[in-house]
Amino acid sequence: MDNYEKISMVVNGKNYSLEVDIRESLLEVLRNRLHFTGVKQGCSVGECGACTVLVEGLPVNSCIYLAVWANGKRITTIEGISKAGELSRVQQAFVDEGAVQCGFCTPGLVLTATALTQTGRKYTDEEIKREISGHLCRCTGYNKIFNAVKRVLNE
Amino acid sequence: MAFEIVGKRAVRKDAAAKVTGRAKYADDFFERDMLVGKVLRSPYAHAIVKSIDTGKAKALPGVEAVITHEDLPKLKYATAGHPWSLDPGHRDVADRYILTDKARYVGDGVAAVVAVDALTAEKALKLIEVEYEVLPFVLDPEKAMLPGAPVIHEERPDNILGATSEEIGNIEEDFKKADYIFEGVYETSIVQHCHLEIQSAYAYVDADGRIVIVSSTQIPHIARRIVGQALGVPWGQIRVIKPYIGGGFGNKQDVVVEPLAAAMSLAVNGRPVRFALTREECFVDTRTRHAMKLYLKTAVTKEGKLLSLHMKPICNNGAYASHGHTVALSAGGKFRLLYDFNSMKYEPKTVYTNLPSAGAMRAYGCPQIFYALESHIEDIAREMKIDPIEFRKQNLISVGKKDPHSDIVVRTFGLRECIEKGKQLIKWDEKLEKYKEQKGIKRRGLGMACFSYASGTYPHGFEIAGARVVMNQDGSVQLQVGATEIGQGSDTVLSQIAAEVLGLPYDMVHVVSQQDTDITPFDLGAYASRQTFVSGAAVKKAAEEAKRKVLEIAAWKTGLSIEEMDIKSARIVERKSGSEICTLEDIAMESYYDRLNAAPIEGNASANVRTNAMAYGVTFAEVEVDMETGRIEIIEIYNVHDSGVIINPLLAEGQVHGGVSMGLGYALSEQLLFDTNTGRPLNNNFLDYKLQTIMDTPDVGYAFVQIPDPEGSVGQKSLGENTTISTAPAVRNAVLNATGIAFNKIPMTPQTVFEKLKQNGLL
Repeated sequence: MDNYEKISMVVNGKNYSLEVDIRESLLEVLRNRLHFTGVKQGCSVGECGACTVLVEGLPVNSCIYLAVWANGKRITTIEGISKAGELSRVQQAFVDEGAVQCGFCTPGLVLTATALTQTGRKYTDEEIKREISGHLCRCTGYNKIFNAVKRVLNE
Repeated sequence: MAFEIVGKRAVRKDAAAKVTGRAKYADDFFERDMLVGKVLRSPYAHAIVKSIDTGKAKALPGVEAVITHEDLPKLKYATAGHPWSLDPGHRDVADRYILTDKARYVGDGVAAVVAVDALTAEKALKLIEVEYEVLPFVLDPEKAMLPGAPVIHEERPDNILGATSEEIGNIEEDFKKADYIFEGVYETSIVQHCHLEIQSAYAYVDADGRIVIVSSTQIPHIARRIVGQALGVPWGQIRVIKPYIGGGFGNKQDVVVEPLAAAMSLAVNGRPVRFALTREECFVDTRTRHAMKLYLKTAVTKEGKLLSLHMKPICNNGAYASHGHTVALSAGGKFRLLYDFNSMKYEPKTVYTNLPSAGAMRAYGCPQIFYALESHIEDIAREMKIDPIEFRKQNLISVGKKDPHSDIVVRTFGLRECIEKGKQLIKWDEKLEKYKEQKGIKRRGLGMACFSYASGTYPHGFEIAGARVVMNQDGSVQLQVGATEIGQGSDTVLSQIAAEVLGLPYDMVHVVSQQDTDITPFDLGAYASRQTFVSGAAVKKAAEEAKRKVLEIAAWKTGLSIEEMDIKSARIVERKSGSEICTLEDIAMESYYDRLNAAPIEGNASANVRTNAMAYGVTFAEVEVDMETGRIEIIEIYNVHDSGVIINPLLAEGQVHGGVSMGLGYALSEQLLFDTNTGRPLNNNFLDYKLQTIMDTPDVGYAFVQIPDPEGSVGQKSLGENTTISTAPAVRNAVLNATGIAFNKIPMTPQTVFEKLKQNGLL
């Protein structure tokens, strides 16, 4: 059992204690063990941003973040964003602005945008672009994603 | 035609599912006892597999099966996502096995492992011992056609997969009459779709002994047939389920992972096996867009009338046929209805090489053809000192033009208005004047390019689509469509068509997004920008049938005739007065529960669409070239489309944004590179393959010229693929305007721009 370690983490407000393979990524544990399948796997090496989750409120590529590092941390996945059946402001903006096409990059983008709204600061257009530039999207050409994020940050 | 729901900015049917993470893709389903499959790939570009020793791999704890070509049926099959042809002469080339006995590119699959987890499977791959006889290889299609070149498939000793010649009129005579003859050679590179969701499938044998495959596919019904052919299993023994799909762009219009996923499951007594590619594998072992080298020769009169065009594309197909020569042939049918040439000859050659296989990618050969054609037209106009827009306008076809090969007739032609609109949007005349005689480090320029495209594949292809409308007790309906939603928005626009026809509010149409070959009406899937045009016809037909049944019940109740009534906002109304007769719910309840006449209302339709509609458009681009670094920046870019009636502007705009962004990657940064000494891929990952990010993509402007096409079920024509066709030539022509240098090869990366500027003495 050398390869295993016990960790505890809070995912979307709920406590989880489990034994993980020390080689497993947070992505693998969230998807394969806890079935948070809204965490998407697009490259597994930190290039595309689809697997983004919030660790203590900060966007992280969960595919290159070891599960053992999450011990004692608060994790938010896309499943933890809408409350009581209501979409969050960010989610609603993505829906209204037409920022969703195939939807594979969407959870990660919603989470990064959510993190931006929580900083309480203002962003210029260029700053918004830089903040979300770690997310690849092949469908939308980013225009409507940008509109959605900007709308939420200006509300 | 006045519409209630068609033409509205309806929110996507699947938007909420996708922003909440509830939308389930192929990788998001878990089965008890699920195993993982992995593939051993050839490190050589061309090599005979002499022997494979799987003993050590099989002995590794956790390994459930190891399979090679020897364990599989010796059945060659074709992977292209086309409908089956009853005519053997019209079928795709069957040139591959599930696992090969001869590697034809670096990455060709020679063995597969099924194990309890990915790590064990990876370890087992390393324990498989393969003895190869390494052969000489060839990457360049022109070299592959030379005598003595390595033979990639024994059946084609010249490596030519397809070579055709189509002539309209007599080009020889027209070239004799020409005042000027222009020649140009244009080259495009190998690029990839880069859908964010990688190909993934899992397969198992169900309790009845049938093979079930859940797959990230654009073409479930076709996938079922091809798996049957690859495994030698009756097609009815196979069930393919398509959940939400994370983008396809043509790469999932090919059967790549499904046969092996099924073979893996069969190797472990039908236990569920997931076979998902990595991103690095996806770049080499799915499909790419054909790199083409296009030779163009054009005859022109001194008045600037285009007389004759001779186009000869050489298409690099890579190792296996996939869509093969069909890509070049299909594109040939699309560009002929743009300019009014007196005669044309189109002679494409599609050639095997030892590279990953090229297949379908958004716009199916047209990005290459129009990059060449619109660069060439620009070059001719400049050479003849005619305004390039005027030159194009005086040579455009007009309504009524008929292609003598396909018999397609152009019924609606909004391109002239598109061009005027684009000129205004970018302030063409004003800026062109301003950018004359630039001498600085940063130079700006304007360019434009046109395109023509079809709506579906008819008549070269066969176009059948299916839809089913099932009315619930409350008057709402389930809409089942064989057309596959892959991100492009077909579920939404098809729901709008159904709501329009049935007189229902949009939210009373519940579209079933998942396709299941056991349940879903037969349809060919998502490709050729066919869904709104072809599947839209089936949806309209099914909805009309359901509506007729509703009104029959209403007629029986009221004594009015069907023609005297209509459905408006889920109410039955008298047409003349507009007064409400009853609710739709009343009728639906009777259809379910009337003791004498109960027969729940359904509409079932299959549409065999034997028509096509040519769509048009134009890109206008303004660029700034940094003469010291070779970097090209897009200052403004506009796409103006003639796609008939726009069913949903919100989604249509998204298609334009995405298509133009993909086109900018094609023009400026994307290129899959291979080591010429080994054939190995050099940049098969997102770090080194330069996809456009949000930092690279400008605001993309758009406009739609909406002329209802009489053959579209609500006046629509194609749009999805169209949006990516004219970007690269427009940008190339803008760079030419800015610098005076013609770039006849894409992508125009900073490196290539810098080198060419230097060659031309501009640095």
